[in-house]
Amino acid sequence: MNINATLLAQTIMFVLFVWFCMKFVWPPIMGALTTRQKQIADGLAAAERGKHELELAAKRATQELHAAKEKASEIIAQAEKRAAEIIDEAKANARAEGERIIAGAKAEIEQEVNRAKESLRQQVVELSIAGAEKILRREIDAKAHAEMLTAIAKEL
Amino acid sequence: MTENITAPEYIKHHLQNLTCTLHDGRFHCAHSAEEAKEMGFWAFNLDTLGISLVMGVLFLFFFRKAAKNATAGVPGGLQNFVEWVVEFVDTSVRGSFSSGRNALVAPLALTIFFWIFLMNFMDLLPIDYVPMLMGALGLSHFKVVPTTDPNATFGMSIAVFFLVVYYSIKIKGAGGFLGELALAPFQNRNPLVQAAFVPVNLVLEGVNLVSKPVSLALRLFGNMYAGEMIFILIALMGGAWAGATLGNITLFGSQVLLSLGWAIFHILIVTLQAFIFMTLTIVYLDMAHQEHH
Repeated sequence: MNINATLLAQTIMFVLFVWFCMKFVWPPIMGALTTRQKQIADGLAAAERGKHELELAAKRATQELHAAKEKASEIIAQAEKRAAEIIDEAKANARAEGERIIAGAKAEIEQEVNRAKESLRQQVVELSIAGAEKILRREIDAKAHAEMLTAIAKEL
Repeated sequence: MTENITAPEYIKHHLQNLTCTLHDGRFHCAHSAEEAKEMGFWAFNLDTLGISLVMGVLFLFFFRKAAKNATAGVPGGLQNFVEWVVEFVDTSVRGSFSSGRNALVAPLALTIFFWIFLMNFMDLLPIDYVPMLMGALGLSHFKVVPTTDPNATFGMSIAVFFLVVYYSIKIKGAGGFLGELALAPFQNRNPLVQAAFVPVNLVLEGVNLVSKPVSLALRLFGNMYAGEMIFILIALMGGAWAGATLGNITLFGSQVLLSLGWAIFHILIVTLQAFIFMTLTIVYLDMAHQEHH
């Protein structure tokens, strides 16, 4: 319980401990703490930035999706329109072709009829001439009347 | 108590330091309080010195180990603990020390806090173990708790006192510091009246200044000394053991319970006293940095 030289020794010891602590203990620990604090702050800021960017990207993705959908529906509409046109064209072509074929057939029928008429006429003329020849054999000279009979046959 | 000694002897024995000196070229240690007193100033309390040195080296060893391996990455167990203590001290310094940056204050506060904490903590060792062990090694007395020795507490508070004076003079100049001592708290515009106030102010402010280290040292010493005393008194209860009578068993049981209760309560005191010493040191240094007028 006496105050003695222990006092001085304790003071010196204390000063040395404080000096050691100040030189070799405090700065590295504080340094590590400060660095970690900064790292955490940076990390949080980066996370915040990332979140923001993600939001922007999501927004952009929605926009792109919308645009793509619009474009797709536009393309589909165009394709439908084109298909309708092609069908109409094909219908028109088919109709024209049909009409053409019908016209051709009609013309051919006409020709056929004309040819039949012609040959019929010829046969009628021949028959008429043969009949007339038989009737008139005796009284009429074939040569004298042939010219007149040909003219009649032409009028038929 | 193994030998047949009376209760006052037991108490006295526990309260005496291992005081040793070199006398006439011969090293010897005091066997009684009177002998220790006769040794005068040039004697050393080897128990106080030894334990406080071991505690200080332990503190610095582990903190240095953590500091050397300190990373900003994921901290390990020791680093976690050290960082927790350092951060606690740093928060206290930031809260109490408002006068800008001073590279000394925080390490000083950490050393004070942890060193005192470790020294106080020796109080929780069973009270007779270490003295008995040392007795077996041939040392007559051994006080385990350095902070129950005023030499240890005053040793620290005097260093703090010099720091306070040093920073007062460094920040305010010798004139500013003396002016603070001489021209406050009583002030007057009239120079003559002010001159008459100077001695009064010097006395008041002088007492104020000196009371800082004294109160720091005595508060810690008083708390630890009283705590130690109560441990000793509790230890006396079972010490009256003389056969398994009902009274003796009751006494022994109360000793166990009371020791436990007081030790648990003492965990608080131990930490609190270390914290108070640290906080007051920070506050005193902060005051030294501030201009009052």
